[in-house]
Order: sequence, then C-alpha cells, then structure tokens
Amino acid sequence: MDFNDTSEEAKFRADARAFLEKTCAPKGADSERLSRKLSGPEFIKAAKAYQSKKAEAGFAGITWAKEQGGRGLPPIYAVIFNQEEAKFDAPSQPFAIGLGMCVPTVIAFSDDATKDRYVAKALRGDEIWCQLFSEPGAGSDVAASKTKAVRDGDDWVINGQKVWTTGAHFCDFGIVLVRTNPDVEKHKGLTMFIIDMKAPGVEVRPIHQASGGREFNEVYFTDVRIPDKNRLGEPGMGWNVALVTLMNERLAVGGSTGPDYAEILELARNMPGPTGQGTLAQDEAFRQKLADWIVKAEGYKLSKFRTMTALSRGQTPGPESSIGKVINANHLMDICNTAIESMDHYGIINDGDLAPMEAAFHQGYMWAPGLRIAGGTDEILKNIIAERVLGLPQDVRVDKGVAFKDLPSGR
Amino acid sequence: MIGPAQGRREAALNFDFSDDQKSLKDEARKFLTDKAGAKVTRRVLNDDAVSYDETLWRSVAEMGWLGAAIPEEHGGLGLGRLELCVLAEEIGRAVAPIPFSSTVYFFAEALMLAGSEAQKAAQLPKVASGETIGCFALSEGPGAPTAASIQAKFDGSTLNGVKIPVTDGDVANWAVVVAKEGSGVSLVLIDLNQPGVTRTTLKTMDPTRGHAKLEFKNAKAERLGAVGQGWELSEAVLDRAAVLIAFEQVGGSQACLEMSIDYAKNRYAFSRQIGSFQAIKHKLADMYVAIEVARSNAYYGAWALSTEAAELPFAAAASRAAASDAYYLCAKENIQTHGGMGFTWEVDCHLFYRRAKLLALQAGSPAAWKEKLVKRLEQRNAA
Repeated sequence: MDFNDTSEEAKFRADARAFLEKTCAPKGADSERLSRKLSGPEFIKAAKAYQSKKAEAGFAGITWAKEQGGRGLPPIYAVIFNQEEAKFDAPSQPFAIGLGMCVPTVIAFSDDATKDRYVAKALRGDEIWCQLFSEPGAGSDVAASKTKAVRDGDDWVINGQKVWTTGAHFCDFGIVLVRTNPDVEKHKGLTMFIIDMKAPGVEVRPIHQASGGREFNEVYFTDVRIPDKNRLGEPGMGWNVALVTLMNERLAVGGSTGPDYAEILELARNMPGPTGQGTLAQDEAFRQKLADWIVKAEGYKLSKFRTMTALSRGQTPGPESSIGKVINANHLMDICNTAIESMDHYGIINDGDLAPMEAAFHQGYMWAPGLRIAGGTDEILKNIIAERVLGLPQDVRVDKGVAFKDLPSGR
Repeated sequence: MIGPAQGRREAALNFDFSDDQKSLKDEARKFLTDKAGAKVTRRVLNDDAVSYDETLWRSVAEMGWLGAAIPEEHGGLGLGRLELCVLAEEIGRAVAPIPFSSTVYFFAEALMLAGSEAQKAAQLPKVASGETIGCFALSEGPGAPTAASIQAKFDGSTLNGVKIPVTDGDVANWAVVVAKEGSGVSLVLIDLNQPGVTRTTLKTMDPTRGHAKLEFKNAKAERLGAVGQGWELSEAVLDRAAVLIAFEQVGGSQACLEMSIDYAKNRYAFSRQIGSFQAIKHKLADMYVAIEVARSNAYYGAWALSTEAAELPFAAAASRAAASDAYYLCAKENIQTHGGMGFTWEVDCHLFYRRAKLLALQAGSPAAWKEKLVKRLEQRNAA
C-alpha cells in the first residue's frame, strides 16, 4: 500500500500542473471565479476555449481509447488530473456530464460514422452535451419515463417533457430516454436517442430552484423529429443503454461541493463559542462534531482511492463506491447548518459582503437539499446499497408483468 | 391549563388548552387559511421592496391579536399568554409575513416586563392597535452576544452604536435596544424615526421577513427598567419570546408534516404511493415524534409563561431547544419527501426551510439555548 505517485504518475502530475499554471488562474476568492464574473454565454465561451486547450495538450479524454482521441491511460491518471485541476479556477464544469456520461454512451452504442460525427467535437469542446432522463413523473423511477417517440418513415417523432436537465440552455446535443412501446413492461418499452437541442420543437425553460438559482431546466418536445440513425441501441433496449450512462455517472460525479471541515474550523477560530466563553474552536461539543466531519470526509476521500486502485488494476470497484452520495449531501448540510447557527442571530444574513466566507455556508445550506435528491435520493441510494451490495431481498414490485400503459401513476 | 407544579409532579391533571383557547385556535386557522398562507407570503418573497404584508398586519390588529396579552387598561384584550401561544402556533403554520414576533413577543413583552406605568401607557395601546411596529435589537455581529460583548452605549439620554441584524428593524418605528450603560448593561427604548438613526436593509435567508442594520449616532432614547439591569431583563425577554417562538416553530413543523403526508399519499414511484415505502413512512414518523416532543415541551413553557412560574427559564430553554430541532428536521425532510419538486421555487417547501432557520436564530442559536438548558438544570438541581 502506497499513497505516493509512481514515477510515471509523478511525471504526469508535473505535466498537468505545468499546463494548468499556463492556462488558468489559481483558485482564489469565490467572488473572483470565472463562473461568477462572466455572464452565462461569456462563461460558456471561456469554458469552450479552455476545453480546446485541454484537448490540444492531451488532458481531455485521458482514459478514453486512442481511436476516440483519448490517451488510453488508466483511470488513476484522470484522478491525478482532476486533483490538480481542482486547485485552479478551471471552467471544466459545463463538460462534466457530456464527457463523463453522454459521450461514453454514444461511443458504446453507435457506429463509426456516428462516432466520427460527434466524439472529437465533444472532446475539443466545440459541442456540449446534456442528459435528458428525469421527468416530472419519473425521478427515482426513471424507467417510468412517459415522453413518447413514434416511428414515422426514417424519423421518430417525439412529444413530452424532461426535467432537471443541467445545462440544456447552452447544450448542442443530448441523449434522451423515451418510450417507444407502452404496451410492454416499463423497462422493455424504452429507447435512447441522440437529440439535437437546437431542432425545431425543442423548448428549454429554466427551473427556478428553491435555492434561488436557475442552473437546471425543463425541456419540452413538440413533434421533434429525430432521424433513426440517431438511435443508440435497438428499439426497446433503452433501459440497458441508460444503465451504461448511469454507471458512468457514479464515476463522473463527486468531488467538492461546498465548504468542508477545514473551512468550518477556520470560521470557528474567530467565532465566539455558545457558552459565552472562548471561541467555537475551543468548544468541546464543536470539537466532537469536527472530529466526526474529519473522519467522514477523509473516509470518503480514501474510499475513492480504493475505487481508483481497483480501476487502475482493471478490477470492478467494490461497494465502497456507492457510499459517497449518502455521505456528502448530509455532510454538507450539517456543516453549513452548524456554521450558520454558530453565528447566532447574525447567521440569518446571507449577503456575501457581510456573511463570513462570502456566505459560502449559506449557499451550501440552500444547495444541500437539492444534492440529497439529485442523481438518486438518499432513500434510493440506501436501497441500492441494501439490495445490490448487501444482498437483501428486493422490495415488492407491483409493476412486474404489467404493460406500462396499465400502471398506476398518481398525480 | 394547569401545569405540572414545580415541574416535578409525575402527571399533570390538565395539561391542555381550554375549549375557549381551542376555539380561538380554530378561528385563527380559518382566518389565516383564508387571508394568509403561501400566496400572501410569496407576495413579500417576490417583491424586494416590501418586507411584510400590510393588509394582513392591519387585519391581525383589527382582530385584536397584537394586544391579546396586553391588559385592557392599555388597549389590549387582556387575555393571557396561553392565548398568545395559540395564535403563535397558527402564525407559524401560515409562515405569515408580518412583524408579529418582534412587536408582540419581544417589544411588548419587554415593555410589560420592564416598562414604567408611563411607558406602558404610551406604548402598549399603539402596539395593540397596530400603529407601532416594535423590534428588539441585541446582536452586534457574528456569535452569541454576552453582557461583556455589548458595545452599543447609552449615557442616560442618548444612544450610540450599531446593531446587526435586527429582525423587522427595517419596518419598525420603535425598538428596545440592549446597550452598555456605565459599567453595566441597560435596556433602552428608542423612537427609530429620528435623524440619529440610520437603517440599512439586509439580505437574509428568509426574505419573507425584514431585517436591518441599525446605526445610532447620538440618538435620543430613554431607559427601560433599572440601570444596569439590562442583561437580566434581556434574558427574561428572550425566555418569554423563546416560548412563543417555539409555538411558531411547532406550527411550521406541523405544516411541513401535513404537506409531506399529502404528497406521500398522492405521489407515485415504482407504481406505488411513495408513502407505502418504509423509507418514507419512517421519515414521516420521525417528524411526528420530533413535533410531539417539541409540542409537549412548548406546552410546559406556555404554562410556565402564563403563570409566571419559577420554572420559566428552564421550560423556555427546553421549549426552544426541542422546537428548533424539530422545525429544522421537518423543513428539510419535507423537501426530501417532495423530491425534485421540493427543490423548486414554486413549491412551498423552501418557505418553511427558510423560516425554520430564521426562527432558530432570532432569539439566539440552538447551541446557545442548549447550553442555557443544561446550566439551568444544574441550577435547579443545586437549589
């Protein structure tokens, strides 16, 4: 067991760092970040320029096969690059879903002509991708998607609605999961397509979130025509395609989401404690909580190393890879809530100019409830751990053997 | 309500509200369902220029709620604190966007506790009529304040210093301020509409209530209560407010639970009502248990408040600790139960999540109250 880089890894890390130093500013104050300073379209332009330089320098698609424009390196190299990139104000986020989930699905399920059309452009940042799975009536139960596609000559005609689509307003293409046969069981009547987000009949409406922001969208389809050549996998096999996408999600999602134990300790050093004596950092109850946060955050980080080690060796990651989401959102909420409450009445102020640390804890507090839901709720993830990792019996399924159109769906 | 005497008796014989109090509660609920609720709260949420609903405020004044606990001789209804508790629960349930807590639980309570006859005669009728919006200015910066940390200074006739944040300080016309006087601390009564007072509106997590920074420069003010008694009086005001806010928190928590129950019965996933899954059942049962623990502690607080019992400091701290935790739990799990919908601006879950944080902080943080609770237990045991 060794947590140090091998000599090849160290060399790669130095190269990555040199590239990043040349290309990006180091991470500074939140208010100075590109994503805050630039308007939406300007930020996307800057992100595309960055992605292009990254591809040119060989740091895009690190783990992808060489014939797809990648470097064919083991996943540990992608981890190393991500670790270094996280220290800089690098606008890589708009590509996370496309390159992490969508394009790998395209690569797995399409012919050479389709791959030639899309993959290189995505890797260079010329085109950005989004994932269109969730619907108002199909969140935890994604396979209950109702958006409908009907064959018409060489095309399919799509009608319906997707929701919680990250980046739909700036994306060029998406992969969309639709129902092509309502007369069979729900998992068997789905098909996956590549959709042109600029096609007639596609309408993107931003969602006003509880946190106040508008990072996600609703996407409406009205008689949108998709050529059959944009189909990924056979008709009715969409669920299997989606599982490949979602498997990639586990590897793509993760990383820092907001203030952690180091930030709250920094806050606590100058905050009066709740007993009226000394600082919060000296308060015994706080110190016990801090210890819990340290072991959770470090435990999660080190578990990711175990996952990466398995991947480096070509093994399937073990159950440790499923604990992240269950830990992270609650961890963030707990830290932010404790930080805000420690400020006493002053904690209600969320103006970045007045609140400690540019109101990072307040943003985390409003964002964390979304994080507990996005990409699978805590409850769904615990079911996955219980059933797939621990081998407990599945919950009773009332939809087995019933045609999709006959299933109860409530409001 | 007859409370458990000394707080030590095994069982209370009549630990409930009276029929009259219950019918007041029904009336209040009916009125607020009709005239308040999320649609009114959202009017304030979505308009940066307003921080309370004036129409609702006037109606509440007309019904006598602002003076429910104010004696008849001072223009109130002369009911008791139990009636006020009942109203507080309904106001909390409705997430009402009015400066009720600042005016009634803090400002009016401070006057009734520490005011001279002249001060009460001058102020309380205007509170009861809705003419005066009052507020309570204690905090001066991040962290729990102490008698030693107070910097605002009163010299017997003028006030200098800064208070931040002051809940409803942007709309109030009078304030009770905690300030240093000589080597001690005094409560100070001040008219906010004068040149020596500068207000800056603050951006907060709960935009359905107003907040301000108040700056005093040689502002004219008068003492409320005895010189040097300010800290003890402030603590006593906080104890009273803590019980009343606990009822708002219980009301808000109950509303969250009811929203969750309704959604869990009507939302389907995997072709089942999500309420049929144990993960959701247990979550809602946890909310229920937390609410009932908070409610019972709040009832004890209500009894202590209404009878001026010696147990009030202990009961107030217990009420507040339980109610702050219950509301936080219920508000966040209500969002979780609603899934993605719960994280949208259009669905009301976030109104409660925001208000829960304000109520947890307005009279001092949960951690500070838990510390007080244990200290007061130790004092009780030592006595």
